[in-house]
Amino acid sequence: MSNQNETEKAPGKQEYNITVYTENQIGLLNRIAIIFTRRKINIHSLNTSPSEIESIHRFNIVVNETEEVVKKLSRQIEKQVEVLKVYFNTNDEVIWQELALYKVPTDIIAEKASVERLLRENGARAVVIRKDYTVFETTGHREETDALIKILQPFGLIEFVRSARVAIIKHSEGFNRKLREFEKAEPGEETSENEFLNNGQKIFTM
Amino acid sequence: MEKAQTILSETKPIETKEVSGSVALLEALIAEGTNVIFGYPGGAIMPIYDAIYDYKDKLNHILVRHEQGGIHAGQGFARTSGKVGVVFATSGPGATNLVTGLADAMIDSTPLVCITGQVFAHLLGTDAFQETDVINITTPVTKWNYQVTDANEIPEVISKAFYIARSGRPGPVLIDITKNAQLQKFDFSGYTPCNHIRSYRPKPLIRKEYIVQAAELINQAKKPFIIWGQGVILGEAEKEFKALVEKSGIPSAWTILGAGAIPTDHPLNVGMLGMHGNYGPNVLTNECDVLIAIGMRFDDRVTGRLDKYAKQAKIIHLDIDPSEIDKNVQTTVPVWGDCKETIPALTELIQKKDHHQWLQKFREFDKNEFDAVIQNELHPASGELTMGEVIHQLNELTKGEAVIVTDVGQHQMVACRYAKLNNSRSNVTSGGLGTMGFALPAAIGAKFGALQKTVVAVIGDGGFQMTIQELGTIMQSGVDVKILILNNRFLGMVRQWQELFNDNRYSFVDIQSPDFVAVAAAYGIKGRSISERENLSPALEEMLNNKGSFLLEVMVTKENNVFPMVPQGCSVSEIRLK
Repeated sequence: MSNQNETEKAPGKQEYNITVYTENQIGLLNRIAIIFTRRKINIHSLNTSPSEIESIHRFNIVVNETEEVVKKLSRQIEKQVEVLKVYFNTNDEVIWQELALYKVPTDIIAEKASVERLLRENGARAVVIRKDYTVFETTGHREETDALIKILQPFGLIEFVRSARVAIIKHSEGFNRKLREFEKAEPGEETSENEFLNNGQKIFTM
Repeated sequence: MEKAQTILSETKPIETKEVSGSVALLEALIAEGTNVIFGYPGGAIMPIYDAIYDYKDKLNHILVRHEQGGIHAGQGFARTSGKVGVVFATSGPGATNLVTGLADAMIDSTPLVCITGQVFAHLLGTDAFQETDVINITTPVTKWNYQVTDANEIPEVISKAFYIARSGRPGPVLIDITKNAQLQKFDFSGYTPCNHIRSYRPKPLIRKEYIVQAAELINQAKKPFIIWGQGVILGEAEKEFKALVEKSGIPSAWTILGAGAIPTDHPLNVGMLGMHGNYGPNVLTNECDVLIAIGMRFDDRVTGRLDKYAKQAKIIHLDIDPSEIDKNVQTTVPVWGDCKETIPALTELIQKKDHHQWLQKFREFDKNEFDAVIQNELHPASGELTMGEVIHQLNELTKGEAVIVTDVGQHQMVACRYAKLNNSRSNVTSGGLGTMGFALPAAIGAKFGALQKTVVAVIGDGGFQMTIQELGTIMQSGVDVKILILNNRFLGMVRQWQELFNDNRYSFVDIQSPDFVAVAAAYGIKGRSISERENLSPALEEMLNNKGSFLLEVMVTKENNVFPMVPQGCSVSEIRLK
């Protein structure tokens, strides 16, 4: 029924990336968030941003749940009036990144050459260098940004922050063509995709 | 420049007139066919009330006694009329008093447009007098909500509100309008109803493949069973549904919100589903080979224990809301779409059949149920009056033509089980939310939605006291509602559970009531209280024949239990007759 390969049978929970295309409307974030909170499901990461189409917003939501739960959540989200389309994907099916910033005292960094090497090894780059502190930035998967925290901790890490996850669906063709169908009064196949019929497709769509 | 203007006016003659946001709102309501509004004024909605003063000939505003009464009246109106119920309330407490009704309308898919006043836009977020964050409070219990802060938005927002409320799976919509937007004058260029929102797909595309698959399953079935819900009524597909049932010859049972879609005494109508439903439909759910669910959502009160629910059956689920498919019960064939279209498509492909033997099985269970439960409930030889016999006598007099509005509890289950319904939209009850206090205000609205019908509100002594103030609405509006109180001097359903499952520990279910007849009299409503069997039929007759509202209190036996019953956590096939 899903996009998962036969070989990848995982009945338990795993990370899912829910991609939501929406109108830009005040209050919609709350409407979507309460679908999770009502079921006491924790949102691991939430990002809202513009999409490839002007005026259409895109949510990236990450949860750790079973496929069945994610499917039901996705349907509830798509049911909201201002939501155009919902997709959900496992981590294998998306390219994803998170951005992290690290603030460390400049004097320590400047003193110890090993730090510079470590930063380079971890793909970090300096964003701001001031006399008193330096801010480094890195992007990557959770483990990568986490690794650098551990590395910088002994060197007096002052502040750390990580962004929500952004994810691009590997097999997506984007939303432009679909949107034109949405703008028609009569529902077309793009707007009423049906999971059972779309069986075997790479992307699960509601 | 002058030329350009001429061209513009030639191609698109737009006449605008300057009106206030409040006037634009009322014009929009009229354009949507609204003729009755249930509401209660207050500070933040005063400009709208000032405007409605000049619209008294076009809009019948019913002054309720509490906003909860207003919204339940709106629900009752929507349920009998099939139109969108319209409710007005002010900001703050006025708006929060709508919440129960919104939740009720949301779970029972009732189309409503609620207009709430809000403080001036510049005061939002300042803890202004009677300011409350209505949009966020009502988000989980509305299909859609929106805050208007500029009068220019009003025509478009109201058209969207009506479109969203009534299309697809209906539901409540709340529009919060700040006071400045109500007062603001703007160029109103007329009202255009909405019929498309690009992000909103009320009707999923119907896939022929599924209709074919469903028809194949039905044609091969030996013991098919149809269970239907309110979707048939909301989709206005009663005729189509009846044709399906009659051609297929399949025994069909209903959820309480589906009651009346086909008449109670239709030979293929085998009765009520669920916790207090009929014996056969519950037990045989676990024996059928194909279960055809139409416009129903497999509520836990219908399914009982899910992992023992119809496991042997192939399941066909027809629903307009894709999120209902596989929500509770795994479907074999999902038929997404408007049942007004999917049912006839299915009927066309199925063979005409007569499942006589299978139907006979239902009849056998009926006989068991009649002997064990119904006989004593409807025709007790002696002892105190029972709720069932009151409903039975009422049927004898109304002949199934009345609208029956029920509250929540034992009397609701009894009324739903035994009321004779000849017509669709003649059963109004709070199904999903189980809102005590629903019946009296809902009956007021139900009457406005079906003026030619007799409306009987069947209410318990507990629920009646929750919205008893709406007697004032009846008094002032002169609406004709027959109030039938089944008084067992207990909060009966909770008492029943305490008896059966809590060792007779009656904890706060012993409820005292005022002299209901005297209360009614204080509101100028005629009434009578009876406790003897010989008075029952004449008293019901007096109630029904009375010109105008009437309150009849029937003192019924105190500790009767509603049976059959599927105890919580049990399978439908474990239904108990005692």
